[in-house]
Amino acid sequence: MDFLIFKAPMLMVQASLDGILLGILFALIAYGMALQWGVMNIINIAQGDLVILGGYIAYTMYIAGIHPAWGVIVSPILMYFVGWGLYKLVINKVVDRDLFISILATFGIAIVFQQLMNFIFGADVVVAQSGYGTTMLFDNSVTLPNSKIFSAFVSLAYAVALVIYMKKSKLGRAIRATAQNARAAKILGVDTEKVYAATFGINAALCGIAGALISITLTLHPYVGLPYTVRSFMIVIVAGLGNLPAVAISGMGLGLFEEFADYILGTEFRIGAVFMLLVFILVYRRFKLSKKREYLK
Amino acid sequence: MNKIAKLFITFISALTLTLTSITSSFAKVEGDMIVLGSAISLTGKYSSNGVHTQNGYNMAVDRINKMGGVKVGGKSYKFEIIYYDDESNPKRAAQLAERLIKQDGVHYMLGPYSSGLTKAIAPVTEKYKIPMVEANGASRSLFTKGYKYLFAVLSPANQYLEVAIDLAVEKNGGKPVKIAQAFEQDAFSQDVRLGILDAAKRTGSKIIIDDKLPKELNDMAATLAKVKATKPDVLVVSGHTKGALTAIRQIAEMKVDVPMLAMTHCDAAKLSKQHGKNSEYALCASQWHKNLSYKDKFFGGGKKYDKDFTKEFGYAPPYQSAESSAALLVFKDAFERANSFDRDKVRDALKATDMQTFYGNIKFGPGGQNVAKPMILFQVRCKGDKCENKVVAPTKWASDKFFHPIPPWSERG
Repeated sequence: MDFLIFKAPMLMVQASLDGILLGILFALIAYGMALQWGVMNIINIAQGDLVILGGYIAYTMYIAGIHPAWGVIVSPILMYFVGWGLYKLVINKVVDRDLFISILATFGIAIVFQQLMNFIFGADVVVAQSGYGTTMLFDNSVTLPNSKIFSAFVSLAYAVALVIYMKKSKLGRAIRATAQNARAAKILGVDTEKVYAATFGINAALCGIAGALISITLTLHPYVGLPYTVRSFMIVIVAGLGNLPAVAISGMGLGLFEEFADYILGTEFRIGAVFMLLVFILVYRRFKLSKKREYLK
Repeated sequence: MNKIAKLFITFISALTLTLTSITSSFAKVEGDMIVLGSAISLTGKYSSNGVHTQNGYNMAVDRINKMGGVKVGGKSYKFEIIYYDDESNPKRAAQLAERLIKQDGVHYMLGPYSSGLTKAIAPVTEKYKIPMVEANGASRSLFTKGYKYLFAVLSPANQYLEVAIDLAVEKNGGKPVKIAQAFEQDAFSQDVRLGILDAAKRTGSKIIIDDKLPKELNDMAATLAKVKATKPDVLVVSGHTKGALTAIRQIAEMKVDVPMLAMTHCDAAKLSKQHGKNSEYALCASQWHKNLSYKDKFFGGGKKYDKDFTKEFGYAPPYQSAESSAALLVFKDAFERANSFDRDKVRDALKATDMQTFYGNIKFGPGGQNVAKPMILFQVRCKGDKCENKVVAPTKWASDKFFHPIPPWSERG
């Protein structure tokens, strides 16, 4: 236990801002997960690995001499097709099976992706440089990397764009209809197969954006995907499916929780605290849901 | 199951059986070949350093074989290595060590990459009394278990950054310093931490931040914010390549001013290449540097090794390759002194090793660690946009003066 943070108010501001900026990024990944979980009832264990793959796309651009920030446009486009292909290849075979099968399948995908990334990009830890500099607040006692601010803004912009798209577009309507009742949607002429493929593609695209942002804010390595999966899983568990504002808030909440856990419990418990919170929330949810069985499948 | 599938399975089983019986006929010495075995990480998260290790081994095998091989009993023998990919997985590494020893009949082993995997293999080689010379397991706990068949050509992990603390105290006019440290939670980094704790005790220095980073973490913002608030004299970071890269990125972005920054894995992380000027002034522990003046007759000196290695593999050798090459030189020397292939005689010869290689002097302590070679420290220095690692300690090999203190970010362009 360490209470340094309570002695220095500036540290509190720093921790809160760091947490919120990071949380917005988590929320973007979580939103993708919530979307395809809600529509297809699949918990995607490979979510974090899709994120890392997206990051490597931005990194490849950086190596080729293109500014990695363009990755937030290129990466989702490429990742959409990766997601779409993944659906056609594997996910469509497990989409109407029980949850356990899909968890196994996506777990397998995660391993394959890790090894492929290791094979293609090597096991070295890599970073892409944005050269965005730093914003200093309160007489230089709080410093925020501009790359983090940039990543929060991009995440928000994409989230807003996606909400509008889901509300207004034909595909968005179809996705929402399928999420509500796949069979009824099918009867009413929605091509659910297409909807599923598109949903998985959109999820992968969101991961691609997040990955590109991570490449300029943090570091990339083929095997660091899992913590992102766990975080987004947790955010979705807290926020529930199909509730974007809740996802955003719970994402920021998780970011804050992580930062403060780091300060108070110690860095060694930072990831552990996330897992502990997950267990706690699952137990709590079970209590609540025991009254409303119909939500559980 | 249909007929073809059955036939296929029978065929495969027959083939496997034949192969196993062939491989088990491999002995320690086949004709004029001395067969060594090594489980090494060619895939998985250690694969880049695993490949550096393998390249180091191969380079030395080629060189020794070309220069007359190993002379035992008046006859010249050549080295050959059987490799298996341990997938960066300790369990797999231990299995493969068993397989090398029991099925392939290997009687002499070369180490894998990383302390964790060496720890997994050492009990196996010990059980079968197989001498193992390893070049990439520096964890102190390897040398305190009383292993009799384990020999490491490298300095143990706790020595990595001890010198840095001494240097900090020296720069502070001999007065104790305030230390902030962040170490990953793995065998190696925690041993580096123990070294710092020892050094702090010895010099009366105080540790004001002592963070342990989870393996999955690639964000050190909280630790660095604390560093900013508490203003230590020296910041020590060790967390393999990820730790080094994350630290430099966030120190630069958060404009953390600290007079001295000491790290490990700078060259493995290609720090100066990936972060350029932001990595300037970082002080890094290294087992080896090409500018050292050690010599041997196989590779000449460090500079020559650097040149030959670059020519052969297309990249400059990190110290992981250099120390791996040195392991083969140690084996050759021991075989020749033992003048026998008897495992215990070879082991005794290894124990009595006292030699100089291009990589450094090698002499094994009671636990099997190399006690004859000091760690070196280099500092990243930049001219324009080109950054290089300059040796600054120990003074004997220092090509440049240690730059201290690091100028604040407001003065760095």
